[in-house]
Amino acid sequence: MQKSSRKKGKIRWSKLYSFSCFQPHTIDTVPAQDLIGKIGFSRVVFCNQPQLRKMKPYKYANNSISTTKYNVATFLPKALFEQFRRVANLYFLLAALLSFTSSPVKRETLIVPLVIVVGISMIKEAVEDWYRLLQDMNVNNRTVKAHAGNGIFVDKFWRELSVGDVVKVNKNEYFPSDLLLLSSSYEDGACYVETMNLDGETNLKIKRCLEATLGLNEDEEFNQFRATIRCEDPNPSLYTFVGNLEFQDQTHPLCPSQVLLRDSKLRNTDFVYGVVIFSGNDTKVVRNSTRAPSKRSQIERKMDKVIYLLFSVLLVISLITSIGSVLFMKSDMVQWWYLRLQDPEDPKPVKSGFQQFIRAFILYGYLIPISLYVSIEIVKVLQAMFINKDIEMYDQVTCKSVEARTSNLNEELGQVEILLSDKTGTLTCNQMEFRKCSIAGISYGGALNEVDLAASKRMNNDVEANRFSIENSGSTSQIFEMFEFSLADSSIQKAVLEDQEGLDFLNSGNSRISNVGKETVVKGFNFRDDRLMNNQWIYRSDLFNVTMFFIVMALCHTGIPVEGDETDKLKYEAESPEEVAFLIASQEFGFQFCQRTQSILVLKELDPSSGKKVKREYKLLHLLEFCSSRKRMSVVVSDEEGKIFLLCKGADSVIFDRLADNGRAYQQATTSHLSSYAEDGLRTLAFAYRRIDQADYEQWNSIFTKAKTTIGPERNELLEKASEMIEKDLILLGVAAVEDKLQKGVPECIDKLAQAGLKIWLLTGDKKETAINIGFACSLLQQDMRQFHIYLSEEAESNNQMKAMKEEILHQIESSYHVMCTDSDRSSPFALVVDGRALEIALHCDIKYKFLQLASNCASVICCRVSPKQKALITRSVKEHTGSTVLAIGDGANDVGMIQEADIGVGISGQEGMQAVMASDFSLPQFRFLERLLIVHGHWCYKRISKMVLYFVYKNIVLGLTLFYYELYTCFSGEVLYDAWYLTTFNVLLTSLPVISLGVFEQDVPSYVCLQPFTSKGKKIIFLLEPDRGLDIEWHGCILVIFLANMYILSPSAFMEKGYVADITHFGAIMYTCIIWTVNCQIALIITHFTWIQHLFIWGSIVLWYIFLLVYGALPPAYSDRGFQVITESIGSAPIYWMVTLLVVVVALLPCFIHIVIQRWFNPMDDHVIQEMKHCRKDITENQMWLREQRNSQKMTQIGFSARVEAKVSSFEEGLHRKKRSI
Amino acid sequence: MDVDGGSTSSDSTRVRSIPIHSGQCKAFLSQFKQQSLPACKPVLTPAWVIATLLLLGFVFIPIGLVTLHASRGVLEIVDRYDADCVPEEFKGNKASYIKDTSVPKNCTRILKVHKYMKAPIYIYYQLDNYYQNHRRYVKSRSDQQLLHGLKYNDTSSCKPEESNNGLPVVPCGLIAWSLFNDTYTFIRGTAELRVNRKNIAWKSDRDHKFGKHVYPFNFQNGTLIGGGKLDPNIPLGDQEDLIVWMRTSALPSFRKIYGRIEEDLEADDVIVVHLMNNYNTYSFGGKKKLVISTSSWLGGRNDFLGVAYIFVGSSAIILSLVFLLLHVKNPRPYGDTAYLSWNRKGISS
Repeated sequence: MQKSSRKKGKIRWSKLYSFSCFQPHTIDTVPAQDLIGKIGFSRVVFCNQPQLRKMKPYKYANNSISTTKYNVATFLPKALFEQFRRVANLYFLLAALLSFTSSPVKRETLIVPLVIVVGISMIKEAVEDWYRLLQDMNVNNRTVKAHAGNGIFVDKFWRELSVGDVVKVNKNEYFPSDLLLLSSSYEDGACYVETMNLDGETNLKIKRCLEATLGLNEDEEFNQFRATIRCEDPNPSLYTFVGNLEFQDQTHPLCPSQVLLRDSKLRNTDFVYGVVIFSGNDTKVVRNSTRAPSKRSQIERKMDKVIYLLFSVLLVISLITSIGSVLFMKSDMVQWWYLRLQDPEDPKPVKSGFQQFIRAFILYGYLIPISLYVSIEIVKVLQAMFINKDIEMYDQVTCKSVEARTSNLNEELGQVEILLSDKTGTLTCNQMEFRKCSIAGISYGGALNEVDLAASKRMNNDVEANRFSIENSGSTSQIFEMFEFSLADSSIQKAVLEDQEGLDFLNSGNSRISNVGKETVVKGFNFRDDRLMNNQWIYRSDLFNVTMFFIVMALCHTGIPVEGDETDKLKYEAESPEEVAFLIASQEFGFQFCQRTQSILVLKELDPSSGKKVKREYKLLHLLEFCSSRKRMSVVVSDEEGKIFLLCKGADSVIFDRLADNGRAYQQATTSHLSSYAEDGLRTLAFAYRRIDQADYEQWNSIFTKAKTTIGPERNELLEKASEMIEKDLILLGVAAVEDKLQKGVPECIDKLAQAGLKIWLLTGDKKETAINIGFACSLLQQDMRQFHIYLSEEAESNNQMKAMKEEILHQIESSYHVMCTDSDRSSPFALVVDGRALEIALHCDIKYKFLQLASNCASVICCRVSPKQKALITRSVKEHTGSTVLAIGDGANDVGMIQEADIGVGISGQEGMQAVMASDFSLPQFRFLERLLIVHGHWCYKRISKMVLYFVYKNIVLGLTLFYYELYTCFSGEVLYDAWYLTTFNVLLTSLPVISLGVFEQDVPSYVCLQPFTSKGKKIIFLLEPDRGLDIEWHGCILVIFLANMYILSPSAFMEKGYVADITHFGAIMYTCIIWTVNCQIALIITHFTWIQHLFIWGSIVLWYIFLLVYGALPPAYSDRGFQVITESIGSAPIYWMVTLLVVVVALLPCFIHIVIQRWFNPMDDHVIQEMKHCRKDITENQMWLREQRNSQKMTQIGFSARVEAKVSSFEEGLHRKKRSI
Repeated sequence: MDVDGGSTSSDSTRVRSIPIHSGQCKAFLSQFKQQSLPACKPVLTPAWVIATLLLLGFVFIPIGLVTLHASRGVLEIVDRYDADCVPEEFKGNKASYIKDTSVPKNCTRILKVHKYMKAPIYIYYQLDNYYQNHRRYVKSRSDQQLLHGLKYNDTSSCKPEESNNGLPVVPCGLIAWSLFNDTYTFIRGTAELRVNRKNIAWKSDRDHKFGKHVYPFNFQNGTLIGGGKLDPNIPLGDQEDLIVWMRTSALPSFRKIYGRIEEDLEADDVIVVHLMNNYNTYSFGGKKKLVISTSSWLGGRNDFLGVAYIFVGSSAIILSLVFLLLHVKNPRPYGDTAYLSWNRKGISS
């Protein structure tokens, strides 16, 4: 106890320091371990001593996490605040409050809708938060084995874990919190960890425990285990950790490789023991997460502006009304004896003017459509329902469909300009496939790639098209051109014919583009070549090389076989998925790696001479591990005959440097294959071998063993030197190419999105090479692109000098930008590849602007090695800098920040982790559905909502302004022309359904036309803040017509045969009828797509008005007030009523109609033309048309598959031209 | 399209267990969910536009002509009498004339019938610049009291005319208080023309809004006397003058029916009107007119409707001709891909 109190004092002392803010920052200079106990490094964890943790400074939070926005107490104030951030809601609150003072309309009509609107939205919030709570509970209630004393481990809920607990995590389980690794099932205390949820990297990472704790690998050992950890305070940095372990009276420094982070997963290791260091909200991954912001769509924000505009109109006319009323009152109204204004209790003019203002303010409130918000909420929910139900976005494999988790961003989908995508799990399936190889200078697995094929197809089409045009014009020059095309065509075809695999390729349809839906038979192996498959390789002439190639593939790795479900096929586990792919491939070729012991590797291989399977044992003499600086790995093996080989695989540049002079026979051919593989986005590794004499080996072995047994800092250097000595004079065998398998439909989807003008950024935690590979595979990069690389040089990184790093990055950015500016006339597009560390610096505020300017001018941007926090940061910067709508898509927990930060976050729901989906606004089972979601639904929803808002404003202005015009005739007294119930039903009953049908069912062009790449280009067609100038005048004219026509027709003479004169009730009912008709017919002019539902709603609404009048009029007069028998007794039987309706509707809509006609006639928009094309059935009669339009509209894209095809075609043509000229 | 394929295949698997009509229902539902319901997509082709406008013209012009004809058939005699009925000595101060109860208010007007007027002939009084639609005025009534009389106590809405000397007023409110009280008698030749003053109010008002057993009470007994008085022995439901007056007008210039002459008037008949010029419009400069009018199936005389119809109809025809000319001279091929934005850009650049 004494000891601990002393510690306490120390901590307190350190806390005092926190007041002295001007203390210089010494983090960079002071060695990390010295910091322990200082500010920011004050955490003390008592391992396995639950009784000690109850005391104050060491009482840390438990392991439960919470991602909810609200709790029971904060829900009401917080959610209300959220609601009244909307301008309109605030206005309605104001109006409702004012209505308690004096109101021309019933109070309930103001308060009830507000309560409904706010209520619905709050319920929605509550439900969403409830789901978050359930998710949290689900996570918190997971169990883990925790030490309960006396060496017994029992199941414990995650939420009950506390700092200092010892836990045992089994294979394939997630770590419940940040743990210090004590020991593992392996003797050396290593374990494999998958950190996909943290950084998106798929490689397994090795973590190693301290040697001191190695012995703690039995449950019983923990009975007596006591230790103290002093380490840094909770922070979000994933890759650093500073701390000391005090164990058995010794202090051991700790480093990040002993720390197991929450949300990563234990792989390939049976179990590990660990101590909880950070729990719950202190864990690094939670610290890395950002709070879910409330997102609002652009339209909603613009709607606020519209509301402001209408609000100022409202203020102006209210002011006019109140001033008018005061003027009238002051001047001649005193003389109007029938009003008895001279009564003493009547208010003073100023006061009454103010009252009048409030009254007018409430009365003209119809200008500001409260029901707009309700209707939009309803419409969006229905739209979301349709999105969820879309069968074309249903994944039959996972049985999941698209889910719009928040419906308020539907229309934003149509506005996306920048797409930020995660790699693993989003674009790729995190699965490697063996695709191609080049052995001894011959490429196997297909020589032509899809781009070539597509290019040849395109040129064929061109020939067709040309032939067609020649028939029409018959000009000679075109004939000549046609000749050229056919020449190009034949050359391609010849190329195809030359290569029998090419034909095979065509016939089997085994290209990446066309094999959508076709599953490869063996997972991880997508290779077709009759020369090698089905054991045909034994007939190859260069048999030795081929055999060696396969042996390297089967032996040079760190994988282990596991039992597969089939009897003769094995499954493998290895550090990286590439190795698994190689092992599977070698198994397919007949070299099955079936057993590994400490020193022996067993292969079941096909004997070429006998054609039988034989088991051979290879002695593993040494294994030179792979690491990122060496970029190669080798094994030294001796076969059954005692011959010693060094088998090596590695990056091509590294291998090529170490080739023997006689080993370069195939280097040239291999290099050309390499580049073509790289262009296809395949990841390549070169294979080489070396025969070693027994004597040489003995000599080297002694050096290497010595290096291995050295203890101290020079060990690594010695090892490095030793391996250099043996890894030389290699003989090149060839290269193998694996494909990081893209998800179904990804290239096509990216192509379409690129055609639609989206910019696509790739943000991945993977290393640069992988990222670039994928860039090629997805056609984000292509060969003729100008690539800018921004990275930190190693020395700068090691120096860790902020200023120097910044300067370096700035220099790189500026020089790239300079190149871009001077080169801009060239057609080749630019690409930017940024490293995570460099990105961190580039996003510092002073150079951020330059960086983003560079980035936004590039056709594609690839960011590698970025942490979750950086992803979020990039997203925010891009959003703020470009001002365009950003969509982020990802699948793992590491994408959560980005998903939340983006304007629209999309989660991929296919994979296991649900964090991304939980944080997302939309969840998709597959990346490829993004195309339909954005281009079809985004387009529709955007058009629908914007048309709807525009119309909504129109209809409320019509109603609101007639009220105002009437005021002009009542001396601004505030009298309402319409019955209160007419007004109440206007937005609720009589005009709501058509507008909802507009918002839900409208389709300006059918979905398959949307998917034509060109339609999405003209997507930004309308918006309400920029309506045509004519529209305002039209609206106004329409309102005036309604008002004046009624006035002139109905007054002052009788309006019925029986001599009756229209009074205020008739006047109101007739005018209101005109409004209902006009407003509903106007929407019929706006809608272009009528199903019976629209017809029912529009015409039904008009009928409903009459039904309403009948029912309302039949009520006793105490209830029906002005509507009492108004239609049955008076206006219904007056012919003039019906004639006025007809006249007013026609006159009010005629200008709008003419406007539409003129616009269509002289200045049609794309959707108009397409509608016309559909109408004339042009798309059916002229089947070439879509294709031609696609081509015409296609010139601008720089990324995507078709851009590559384009480039290929143009390079072909260029070549032909050159040939022609030389002839 | 793929959608159809997908949906039909999924249907066919289920159809066996489900009766046929619900299979159709399913098909409909799937169409609905996939947003592929059959729809008509009208496109404004030139033919459509021109035809619509022409049709509009051909419908509107005849309607206009018929309407105009009906309106022209209505004969109206309008006589403004408020200024002329003030005696010479009060011309300078009309308000004092109307307020002075000792001055006789009778006045004689002579109207000439220009054309034969067929019975029934309606008599209206017209007031101008009289804001019956002022909020303060419109609100000042109690419908419940009009129906239930003194049984209904809450007359706060009638301010400032809800009670007098501590007793409630029936009918209360400003509207009733300011009841129009000029009266007219018509003499043709030597005989008085019978003016029927029954059935001039809406039946619904008489039956449902004004009580059959509600009698005026304490009406016009205060210091301030507004308009006409009511016979306390006649229930409100039969006081049709009041009922007509209580139907407030929508605009500041309005007519209200006074009665009906149920005899034909011949051309060149001279009608002498003896009127009591009681109602005070002088203090606020309002006008009073006497209107004698026949009616047509459209009601009173109003050329506006007919003219508007003809105007709209003819402009529609002119527009359709303009469009037709444009179409013939400069036809725009519909659905021409050259009008697509990317193609046009290509042309311009």
